[in-house]
Amino acid sequence: MAVMCRAEGRTLYAALEGEVDHHRARGILAELDRQMDAARPLQVTLDLGGVTFMDSSGIAILLRLHRRTVQWAGMLRVIHVPEQAGKVLRAAGLERLITFE
Amino acid sequence: MKAINEAVLTFLSRSANEGFARTTAACFAAQLDPTLEEVNDIKTAVSEAVTNCIVHAYPDRLGTITMRLRLFEDNILELQIRDKGVGIPDVEQARRPMYTTGGEERSGMGFTIMESFMDVVRVRSSPGKGTAVTMRRKISRRMGGG
Ligand SMILES: Nc1ncnc2c1ncn2[C@@H]1O[C@H](COP(=O)(O)OP(=O)(O)OP(=O)(O)O)[C@@H](O)[C@H]1O
Ligand SMILES: [Mg+2]
Repeated sequence: MAVMCRAEGRTLYAALEGEVDHHRARGILAELDRQMDAARPLQVTLDLGGVTFMDSSGIAILLRLHRRTVQWAGMLRVIHVPEQAGKVLRAAGLERLITFE
Repeated sequence: MKAINEAVLTFLSRSANEGFARTTAACFAAQLDPTLEEVNDIKTAVSEAVTNCIVHAYPDRLGTITMRLRLFEDNILELQIRDKGVGIPDVEQARRPMYTTGGEERSGMGFTIMESFMDVVRVRSSPGKGTAVTMRRKISRRMGGG
């Protein structure tokens, strides 16, 4: 499984693993949507520590998670961003929109 | 300029081949002894170009994608990814950040990423005939080593 989630009240912790590309994006999006619908979290933490590769398909996933979180005034934190994924996210200017730690 | 080494690979536009294509390009590049960051840059650029063929060039059918890898003097790696799909009517517009015809699942950043990770990105396209993306990257020469 590419997404590991843990919800507690209105906080959601989601960890992505492996290669985040177009081939796997649809499954990841569906699982994150399902978790977001169930928890309607005010605090979302996305852990990218286990991501071995990410391309622009990951950007769309992050943007969607961001949009869905702020929709009900929640907060999104992205943690443990690996070198390669970070370079892709910076090239796309995402650090201006989303907090990376 | 004459290539020192060359490999050509044709595969179907199935998304399972995205990982295959970027790993293959990384293996070919290994003869230049690239750094980990350079390998990752190459994989990322290939992933963007190949995904574009799968998503945009052949939106509702399977087609073929050809990846040509070449090596030139001065540690220059050239990657060409081409398709025989729908083509791009306006390449300049397509290369602009955030321009996408792909809807919510795409962000319109693929070309921007290719441009920031490679030294040169050239796009040739004709509507109805297909698209060829050619990218070059000079790989650093490392001192010492083995
Ligand atoms: N091989 C191709 N064949 C046909 N159209 C293409 C091709 N490559 C790119 N395009 C067009 O150029 C646009 C921009 O491509 P780009 O890779 O920058 O963004 P994207 O694919 O839409 O989104 P992202 O790459 O961020 O997921 C695409 O939306 C599509 O309209
Ligand atoms: Mg793209």
